[in-house]
Amino acid sequence: MKLHEYQAKGVFADAGIPVPDSTLASTVDEAVEAADEIGYPVAIKAQVQVGGRGKAGGIELVDDAAEARQAADEILGMDLKGLHVDRVLVEAAVDFTDELYVGVTMDRAEGKPVAMVSTRGGVNIEEVAAEEPDAIVREHVDPAFGLHPYQARKAVFEAGIDRDVAIDAASILTQLYDLWAERDATEIEVNPLMVTDDGEVIAADAVMNIDGDALFRQPELAEMEEEAAEDELEAKANEYGFDYVRLSGNTGIIGNGAGLVMTTLDLVDYYGGSPANFLDIGGGAKAERVANALDMVFSDENVDSVVFNIFGGITRGDEVAKGINEALDQFDEIPKPVVVRLAGTNASEGMDILNTDLVTVEKTLEEAVQRAVSYAAEAEQ
Amino acid sequence: MSILVDNDTRVVVQGITGGEGKFHAGQMIEYGTNVVAGAVPGRGGQEIHDVPVYDTVDQAARAEDANASVIFVPPAFATDAIFEALDSPLDLVVAITEGVPQQDMAKIYRKLEETDTHLIGPNCPGLITPGAAKLGILPGNIFSEGNVGFVSRSGTLTYQVVDNLTQRGIGQTSAVGIGGDPIIGTDFIDVLELYEDDPDTDAIVMCGEIGGEDEEEAAAYIGDHMETPVVGFIAGRTAPPGKRMGHAGAIVSGSGTGTAESKIDALNDAGVSVGDTPNEVADYVEDLL
Repeated sequence: MKLHEYQAKGVFADAGIPVPDSTLASTVDEAVEAADEIGYPVAIKAQVQVGGRGKAGGIELVDDAAEARQAADEILGMDLKGLHVDRVLVEAAVDFTDELYVGVTMDRAEGKPVAMVSTRGGVNIEEVAAEEPDAIVREHVDPAFGLHPYQARKAVFEAGIDRDVAIDAASILTQLYDLWAERDATEIEVNPLMVTDDGEVIAADAVMNIDGDALFRQPELAEMEEEAAEDELEAKANEYGFDYVRLSGNTGIIGNGAGLVMTTLDLVDYYGGSPANFLDIGGGAKAERVANALDMVFSDENVDSVVFNIFGGITRGDEVAKGINEALDQFDEIPKPVVVRLAGTNASEGMDILNTDLVTVEKTLEEAVQRAVSYAAEAEQ
Repeated sequence: MSILVDNDTRVVVQGITGGEGKFHAGQMIEYGTNVVAGAVPGRGGQEIHDVPVYDTVDQAARAEDANASVIFVPPAFATDAIFEALDSPLDLVVAITEGVPQQDMAKIYRKLEETDTHLIGPNCPGLITPGAAKLGILPGNIFSEGNVGFVSRSGTLTYQVVDNLTQRGIGQTSAVGIGGDPIIGTDFIDVLELYEDDPDTDAIVMCGEIGGEDEEEAAAYIGDHMETPVVGFIAGRTAPPGKRMGHAGAIVSGSGTGTAESKIDALNDAGVSVGDTPNEVADYVEDLL
């Protein structure tokens, strides 16, 4: 779960990490009022989760109320890389002399957290990592002990941060690691960590990803989940408890198990179609859950056909068939053609139950995908 | 021959009194697995499927001379259950539970450095040696005895590809689902190494997916160290960057590492044929045998 900038900064501020004064606004008037209160210049920043907001016109720096009004008016309601902007963060602009980078993430290959520091903040750090890997200093952390203060100092001095601010930067890195560990983050990033004219350091941006699997012990963060969702369908998926990713195509996909659902997406593409979504109903789904999955996919207006691919292990074919029947029974006319392929546990019991007046049945994965792709292509014409 | 499990494997089921644990312990026994004990705190002295239950894994392992455990406990208790198993006299621990927090896995990973016990998973379907034993939730009926070693990061994708093999009369020495999380106990290389040393395994199928660099590392290992031919499959060619595709580990990073393309290229470079579809994987295996 990725937090919005304003949420992450709230978490930072609570942990004592310095952040600029800011207020969240959802109307132009609110934004101008907030800007007046904070004092100019201020930055007006779109609260959507895409990289490169600044370049795309989602961040503007303004010097007075008139400019604030104009900027808020432009940014609120804009479409930023496909996401609708409905809130802005109005934030005190920081006069800075340097832009640093600090972050903590999980190094999968090592199975260890790693703290990172660079003097090359303010730019796309992944490009820096690709072009000049040595410009980012990495310090692996033993999760049993946490990041020792000496390790944070070692990292900032090795990165070449000025001695005047190095100790402050190191202490922010230690605070970030502690926050990472306490809040079950998978990634925390401050880019840029600004060095001000008077030698202070302040987190001008904040990225924080939380481990969805740890939300059971992070109740405060779990409450933020709904607001962190990016679009209505993804919010609905959270509510139903599905792993769901919306894509841009028109063949809807439902299946059980991440690898098999991904494979189904790939086959839709392989046979000339375009996947509309990834939807994993998980293991052991009962009829109601299956019906909810169909409801989810039907409510995506881009979808022209649906392929339902189940290979039962703990999931039982008869439960799936019952759910499909229940979901489709409520329609006078089936909104979009549904192709079903059942295999594995209780597949033949499922086939006996399945109302084949309402769906098309195929025997193999390949045939089911090809059928759904051809339905989607017909609908498009 | 086989890898990791066989007729001599004596299994403790952690969480045998829970819904999942009870059901799958029954399925494992029905398959012929030697389930010798259950372990559930506070339930010692009971019996489930005629199997004695102990309060601790250590007691269960010592009393019944067990050498493996399978974990079916809910995510909030799974970390503790894994540590308990790793501190008991067992050779193999299989964690089925999905949703173990990543930071807990980092601590478990550190623990693994100081023990010889194999941990499979978490978030995995388990493993099976057809005709001998299964530890986990894999549906036994789709597997058959044979000479192909199988290893995969995904559960249901395993079923799909194994089914394609079995339908053509191609059986398996063993099949291991290593799990879809970013940090796992046993990785591709560990399993490939075991198959390479198994005289009955004549070919290997390896199913990977987007995210991380395990497949690339496995490809390098295959190129440098393996004689046994390998056929590959990679799920997630159409996955967009930055989105977690169900599995916590299945994510292409913003900078483009972890893509299907990079994994397929690495495998091809190591001489591994990678199927475009599950069926094509079976075609390649058929050609090899």
